[in-house]
Amino acid sequence: MSRRRAVLGGRIALIAGAVAALEMLCRSGIVDPLTLLPPSGMAAAMVAVIASGSVTGDILRTFTTVAVAFGLAVAFGIAVGALLHAAPRLRRALDPLLASYYAVPLFVFYPLLVALFGLNVVPLIVLGFASATVAMAMSTLTGLDRTPRVLLKAARVHRLGRLRTALLVVLPAASPDLLTGVKLALAYAFIGIIAGEFILSGSGLGYQIAYAYDSFDNRTMYGLMLFVLLIATAANAALHAWEQRVRRRRSGR
Amino acid sequence: MSGAAAHARLTGVTRVYAGPTHVHALGPLDLDVARGEFLAVVGPSGCGKSTLLDVLAGLAAPSSGEAWFEDRRIAGTVPDGIGVVFQEDASFPWLTVADNVAFGLRRAGLDGAEIRRRVEDALGFMGLGEFARAYPAQLSGGMRQRVCIARTLVLAPRFILLDEPFGALDQQTRLLMGDELLRLWRRTGATVLLITHALDEAAMLADRVGVMSARPGRFIAFVPTGWPRDRDSRVVSAPEFGALTAQLWSHLRPESLRAMGQARA
Ligand SMILES: Nc1ncnc2c1ncn2[C@@H]1O[C@H](COP(=O)(O)OP(=O)(O)O)[C@@H](O)[C@H]1O
Ligand SMILES: [Mg+2]
Repeated sequence: MSRRRAVLGGRIALIAGAVAALEMLCRSGIVDPLTLLPPSGMAAAMVAVIASGSVTGDILRTFTTVAVAFGLAVAFGIAVGALLHAAPRLRRALDPLLASYYAVPLFVFYPLLVALFGLNVVPLIVLGFASATVAMAMSTLTGLDRTPRVLLKAARVHRLGRLRTALLVVLPAASPDLLTGVKLALAYAFIGIIAGEFILSGSGLGYQIAYAYDSFDNRTMYGLMLFVLLIATAANAALHAWEQRVRRRRSGR
Repeated sequence: MSGAAAHARLTGVTRVYAGPTHVHALGPLDLDVARGEFLAVVGPSGCGKSTLLDVLAGLAAPSSGEAWFEDRRIAGTVPDGIGVVFQEDASFPWLTVADNVAFGLRRAGLDGAEIRRRVEDALGFMGLGEFARAYPAQLSGGMRQRVCIARTLVLAPRFILLDEPFGALDQQTRLLMGDELLRLWRRTGATVLLITHALDEAAMLADRVGVMSARPGRFIAFVPTGWPRDRDSRVVSAPEFGALTAQLWSHLRPESLRAMGQARA
């Protein structure tokens, strides 16, 4: 515990140090404050932009899009992972595709998706979903592979049916790896959708950042960037903490 | 065993693992386990002991022959009244010790107070009382195996099958766990089948020891021990104990040599 605290303290000190250094570089004029706002300025800009209410609709839109893509990706990824686990031949056939999936820049398909579905939220959901779901499927496979067979036998001795075995034994047994998948899926969905909005969209946080950039509105741009960064980091940290708690329980510490 | 109806019975059972390797793991063999009996099964490693347990528990279907429990044919599912303690650690790592033990009771839909009472009783019996809130990962291998035994015994099975449950334990702990198993057997009146590779464990605990041949495993001898029902691990100092162990070994030695040959081949 104390070791973990020390590591955590070190990490916070590192980030705080970097932020402080950046602040000093900007304020001393070594870095042009018009090009890069000092962190304190970014924070102030973020508060101002959010409080003005001018981007509330974009925030809601981005987060609902992420939530929908993420939810679909998790459900579909778990289903595909379970299916591939149950069908080893299919799995062997698809394995090279899965392994090289993230080597392909999915964004190249985004214009195609827009052409197909129109400039609305559907291509964004597809992009976020496609970025996220394969990570979820692969984590599901890992979790199922690691579930000891003897636990399945124990389920049968307890006379559990298929559904109860899945819910009461397989799901918790695989939960550390599933949580890893959920964490990755959220990050990928977020990246995919913000980037999609950035490239081509009429609303959303990514669009607003791009718009601010194009119109030389540095305060809005940096304020929104910081906002996206904070939200993404906070969500990731929360899932990570949950995952770590589950894993620690399994390793006896 | 004459007169007593068999509690569990195998007739002409074989088990073949299909697939590219095609392993003929077991039989053909017959087995009658009497109600309330404590039967130990010994045999060389890889001879099919765990396979035998799977068939008796309804976890695996025989490739030929029939398995019966309480006058019903076992088909496809584990019959009610059977409890199994596996060779590997089968505790649920995401549940506390108490929740592990309560697992089957919750499925059976008992009310909370009754579950708590039974869980406490089982934890006390297995010496796990102070670990109720611990997670399996915080316990030693032997303690985890006790959790699995407690999880089985709370369900009051009428037939308890144990697959080398003390394999990972040191000798002293094994003797003491053997005593606990005897107490459990006497208290519940259950039929017990204990698979073990330790001849002394079989000789000390069982009413009767079945000796299996090298793979494909069959029974080559059944050796009655003649111990009184209220025995404990101190029987190891009885003069008959040495003779009994020696007798088991004389049956088993050629089979073990054969099994070693199989493993090398
Ligand atoms: N699922 C399986 N598929 C193929 N062969 C198996 C399988 N399980 C066990 N065997 C083989 O069957 C034989 C008996 O195994 P087992 O019943 O585990 O023996 P024991 O418990 O006596 O050590 C061994 O040769 C083992 O390799
Ligand atoms: Mg075995």
